[in-house]
Amino acid sequence: MSGAGRFSVLALPALVLGAVLIGLWQALVDGFGIKSWILSSPSEIWRQLTSLFNGIVIATTHTGLNAIVGLVVGVVVALLLAGLCTRLRLLGHAVTPVVGALAAVPIVCTAPLFLFMYGLTSSTPRRAVVAIAAFVPVYLNTIRGLSEMSTVHAELMRSLAADRMQVLRIIRFPGALPHFCTGLRIAASLAVISAVVSEYFGGLQNGLGYFISDQAHNTNYPAAWAAVLAAVVLGLIFFAGAVLIERVLLERRVTTAS
Amino acid sequence: MTGLALQPARPAWRRDARLMRGAGLLRVIVFRAGGLVAGLALLGVVWEAYKAWGPTGGAHLLGISVLPRTDDNAMPHLWTIWNVLGQQDAVGSQQTLSFGPSSSGSSGGQTVLGAIAGDCLQTFQWAAVGCVVGLLVGMGLALLLDRSRLIERAALPYLVASQTVPLVALAPILAQWDGSIKIGGWTWSNGTSIELVAAYLAFFPISIGMLRGLRSASAVQNDLFTCTAASWRQTLLRLKLPTSVPHLLPALRLAAAASVVGAIVAEISIGQGAIGAKSGIGTRIWEYSQQSDSARLYASVIAAAVLGLGVTLLVGLFDLVLYRYNRLGARD
Amino acid sequence: MTFSGRRGTVQALQEIDLSVAAGEFVALIGPSGCGKSTLLRIIADLQVPSSGTVTVAGKSAAQARLDQEYGFAFQQAGLLDWRTVRANIELPLQLHGVDGDARRRRVSELLGLVGLEDFAEHRPPQLSGGMQQRVAIARALAEKPALLLMDEPFGALDEMTRERMQDELVRITDETGAAVLFVTHSIPEAVFLADRVVVMSPRPGRISQVVEIGLGERNADTREAHEFYAAITTVREALRGRLGKGDGDGDGDGALVDSREAL
Repeated sequence: MSGAGRFSVLALPALVLGAVLIGLWQALVDGFGIKSWILSSPSEIWRQLTSLFNGIVIATTHTGLNAIVGLVVGVVVALLLAGLCTRLRLLGHAVTPVVGALAAVPIVCTAPLFLFMYGLTSSTPRRAVVAIAAFVPVYLNTIRGLSEMSTVHAELMRSLAADRMQVLRIIRFPGALPHFCTGLRIAASLAVISAVVSEYFGGLQNGLGYFISDQAHNTNYPAAWAAVLAAVVLGLIFFAGAVLIERVLLERRVTTAS
Repeated sequence: MTGLALQPARPAWRRDARLMRGAGLLRVIVFRAGGLVAGLALLGVVWEAYKAWGPTGGAHLLGISVLPRTDDNAMPHLWTIWNVLGQQDAVGSQQTLSFGPSSSGSSGGQTVLGAIAGDCLQTFQWAAVGCVVGLLVGMGLALLLDRSRLIERAALPYLVASQTVPLVALAPILAQWDGSIKIGGWTWSNGTSIELVAAYLAFFPISIGMLRGLRSASAVQNDLFTCTAASWRQTLLRLKLPTSVPHLLPALRLAAAASVVGAIVAEISIGQGAIGAKSGIGTRIWEYSQQSDSARLYASVIAAAVLGLGVTLLVGLFDLVLYRYNRLGARD
Repeated sequence: MTFSGRRGTVQALQEIDLSVAAGEFVALIGPSGCGKSTLLRIIADLQVPSSGTVTVAGKSAAQARLDQEYGFAFQQAGLLDWRTVRANIELPLQLHGVDGDARRRRVSELLGLVGLEDFAEHRPPQLSGGMQQRVAIARALAEKPALLLMDEPFGALDEMTRERMQDELVRITDETGAAVLFVTHSIPEAVFLADRVVVMSPRPGRISQVVEIGLGERNADTREAHEFYAAITTVREALRGRLGKGDGDGDGDGALVDSREAL
């Protein structure tokens, strides 16, 4: 199938559905005369988006910066800790349950704690929240990838009298890459959401979260929706970045099952 | 010369990690819980050690603060946090203007622990409703997407994108719906908005997990049902639903945790206005974060963490109930 | 032999005495549960016997493994999917600190030996089952071991590929002069490949018969020869336990494992 043909098969249904939904939305708001504070119409949102474009972009940059810093820190710490816990099994038995439990708790609630720790004028609280939110999925997925080793590979390494470091380097790390990439994808989307949500707990008055709540409190709901749209786009950009990294890391592999 | 007697099982150097019923499962639970306790103890030690030896003003790298301050307000001692639970919670009712007179009356005679526990229960109720709604919607969506590849290709991107919408963003907007939407005799309240946000976060892992589960039957099993000319409904009931259980259960745990997060976050962004007499742990956290006594804040955040964990463990019990369908080692 | 009282412990193998002379090809054959794979894995120190000792090349099994006295070929190739064929073959050399140039030369030799020069940069998922096994065999031969242990390596292949692989293996072992201990459950395969076929029987696992195969140089006509079918019949009868005492004796130079006739 040609490139254009594949594109239309894969993307067309989604695009069509999107256009239909937007059309319905507009018709619904216009037809029923729904007030903008219940549901804003796409046209109003677009108008606000274009008129407040600069402000939205600046806010997006702040939030994006927090998200990327937190993401990088979280990923690096997760990788280091996962590697360490594979080497020192005992440490892993203490750390992994804690991180597993952390995955079940609302991490954004730690934002006010960090505000106390670092003060209200620092960006670090938000980045810390993002770092934790990113750390959890990357660590859990990577440690699982590092500890899974097929029997035949384990026996192969044993028959070759390989020591633990060699097994780690040659089997576990490459084998864990797909798992890491899965965790990275999850972490990337979580990073943006955590960055935005953590802004709701106070602190600096920059960022999309603040922008949204500010506009909402001034009853300019279409503007708030426009900023929500910007947040969605930011999240998708991060997600696409993670998918790109995955492609690069796994590009040379021809896997039979994914 | 020599005889060789052998055990048919695995040699010591190969770890056997399969869960087994009965004694094996108990051993795993104890092991994990022990690890958790050890890990938390380790964290506690690190906390106090940093307080004792860390730089008082925190540490900065290139102008950005990297390490936190160590004074008692920024990082309270662990025992301070414990003690604060017994104190009277009279402070909250006076300082916060956002709550009506009825709430201040009830918290006047309460301890901090009592207030926090009550809030956790309220949040749990909201989250539970949201989770159930999310479960139903998620399952329905998965069935729909499984039925038609075309619909799946059309809707899946939006499904994924829906989770990038920061729900706090919707919350101030949802707060306006309070009291303004009436269906029959029932009025939309802020509590409903909170449940909606919880459901919004819960439905996604369910729908993705369920969709994967519905498709997880092997080719052989699918062929069997095709050969016997089973209808779509029969295939659903007898093949797809049972095989989707091992995928649904972890998704359910994720959804439970997500619904708690949704409820808490919704409370914070809506509750800055008013949720009336009801207060969840989210509002409590917000309240305490506006005060100067950080120990109470830490206590309430820990309580929220415990709530999230407890809910996940509770849902994890379903694993045991549906044991028969939960094929061991079938985790993805 | 005594039956171990502990539940779950079954005496899988009785007294085993087996010797493999230098350059000799010995096949282990027997029905399921006779312990042939288990025996091989004990020799390779992949499984530890709960009692009894194993001597390989005058050392304990563990020491022989650490000293890399042999190469092992698994039934499921066990290749690393993320490495090229070349990188898979050079794995033992890499692990044991052989420097880059020497590695490259050796790998080229081995690729030529197994006939995969054109596939050096491919990855395992792109190869057929037979080709993957060839890579695994090349890997097992990387450090020129005197002994090759093979655990049903052709078990997962179809009949035509199996026969081709058997031809290849005969050629390879002739060229390298390695001794081979080969586990299989296919009688024609055992007869075609081996100088001696060791027949095992189960419960408890023991050697019941040793059959000498005197087919000489293997070539394209071997499988049609009358002697081939006669040998197959002999082995089949041995498996069914119809023959009396075995007519093979297991002495030879460079014995790697102590030997004695067993019944």
